[in-house]
Amino acid sequence: MEPLIHIDNLNKSFGEQHVLNGFHLDLFEGENLVIVGKSGSGKSVLLKCIVRLLEADSGVLEVLGKSIPELNQYEMDRLRTEVGFLFQGSALYDSMTVRENLEFPLRRHPEKMAGQDVESLIVSTLESVGLAHTIGLMPEELSGGMQRRIALARTLILRPRIILYDEPTSGLDPITAKEIIELMLKAQREYQTSALIITHDMDCARVIANRMIILIDGRNYAEGSYEALSALPDPRVQAFFK
Amino acid sequence: MPTTYFQRSGLRRYLNETGEVWLFAQRFFREAVRRPFEWRELLNQCFIVGNQSLFLVGMTGLIMGLVLTLQTRPTMEDFGAEAYMPAMVGVSIIREIGPVIVALICAGKIGSSIGAELGSMKVTEQIAAMEVSGTNPFKYLVVTRILATTLMVPLLVIFGDAVALFGSYLVEHMKGDVSFQLFFNKVFRQLSFSDLVPATIKTFFFGFAIGLIGCYKGYHSRKGTAGVGRAANTAVVVASMLLFVLDFIAVLVADIFFDL
Repeated sequence: MEPLIHIDNLNKSFGEQHVLNGFHLDLFEGENLVIVGKSGSGKSVLLKCIVRLLEADSGVLEVLGKSIPELNQYEMDRLRTEVGFLFQGSALYDSMTVRENLEFPLRRHPEKMAGQDVESLIVSTLESVGLAHTIGLMPEELSGGMQRRIALARTLILRPRIILYDEPTSGLDPITAKEIIELMLKAQREYQTSALIITHDMDCARVIANRMIILIDGRNYAEGSYEALSALPDPRVQAFFK
Repeated sequence: MPTTYFQRSGLRRYLNETGEVWLFAQRFFREAVRRPFEWRELLNQCFIVGNQSLFLVGMTGLIMGLVLTLQTRPTMEDFGAEAYMPAMVGVSIIREIGPVIVALICAGKIGSSIGAELGSMKVTEQIAAMEVSGTNPFKYLVVTRILATTLMVPLLVIFGDAVALFGSYLVEHMKGDVSFQLFFNKVFRQLSFSDLVPATIKTFFFGFAIGLIGCYKGYHSRKGTAGVGRAANTAVVVASMLLFVLDFIAVLVADIFFDL
């Protein structure tokens, strides 16, 4: 089975600081792969390299069979519509209403509308995150949890095959965090997406992960299911589960 | 390796940044002619830029006309040349004072606003979010704003000049009992092609510079909210300095072609 994302021996440095040192992963269809690591271990850098917000220094980086460093800007923009990205701070466009936030990517990629009109797509996507009533509101009028859900709706509206989640539950209270996790699972069922999730939240990892990678010093330190990793006696691994 | 004076000094940083602004401008020209065009956002930005500054430019223009006439009139009277007041005020406002003062007002109002807005979008990852949704944020945010300032600053200058001349007329009417028609007849009789054309052309460059620097500073904002404040602040300072440099160049060029 061909992986949707294939990364091998990936390296990224900022000056003298080596953030990723020969990192590797494969994400398969329908899988939820969770990456955990301490702050500054290179998790967010990894996600940004996948969508080429940052250029990797060296290594193999393929998404949907395409080598990311070799794509031109047009090809990269086309590929980005297949890869959703949920930012840690939601990153909603604060000068636009909820409707305009969802409309923005859709207007620029009309091929993603699949014969449906913009309005019905926006409403149905908002309904799938349970926030159809917020369509006319500005982001500042929404709570942190609602903003995160709208950001997820904005990601889903282009019907991506892969979603990259950057700390999806950070800054949220436990109840809202649980709602977001349930929504992520629901989105996966409804939209048949695969997900690469970066998180500190082990509750989130336990519920959502099919497989986990522990990232330490920019390398794959340990890999396996939540249960397998939590049973490892290694103190550096155990530090994440305590 | 010991650092040279050149490496330590701000000169290196200044030259680096000048190069980066040049590359940013080149990218603007490349992206501006490439499809798709963001017409809706361009119109929106034109409205924002014009609407945001209209009152301020109008007030500044009025006071500029009033003060210039009030301060110059006694000296002109001493020489018995008060009949030349409309012509003198008209030429000085349209050639130099109007474009420069209005452009400085726009640098403060529009330049800082663009710097802060894009800076804030940068640090809250809104620009990155546009990029990962397969949209070109440079085209949507930068090209539209630079085009809007390039198109709207000349219109604001024309409006500011008109209000300034009206302010001057008010003083002339009160002090010298000059009629509206006589005042503006004298103004326009004195103005020639070589006064209007260079003064208008340079305002397009002023608008371009304000948009370019505001966008550059905001788009490259770093270090959180403090960086946003710095972006807004430096956008105004650099754009204002650049306006004076451009004005000097414009006067030199106009002198060559129009023999001022």
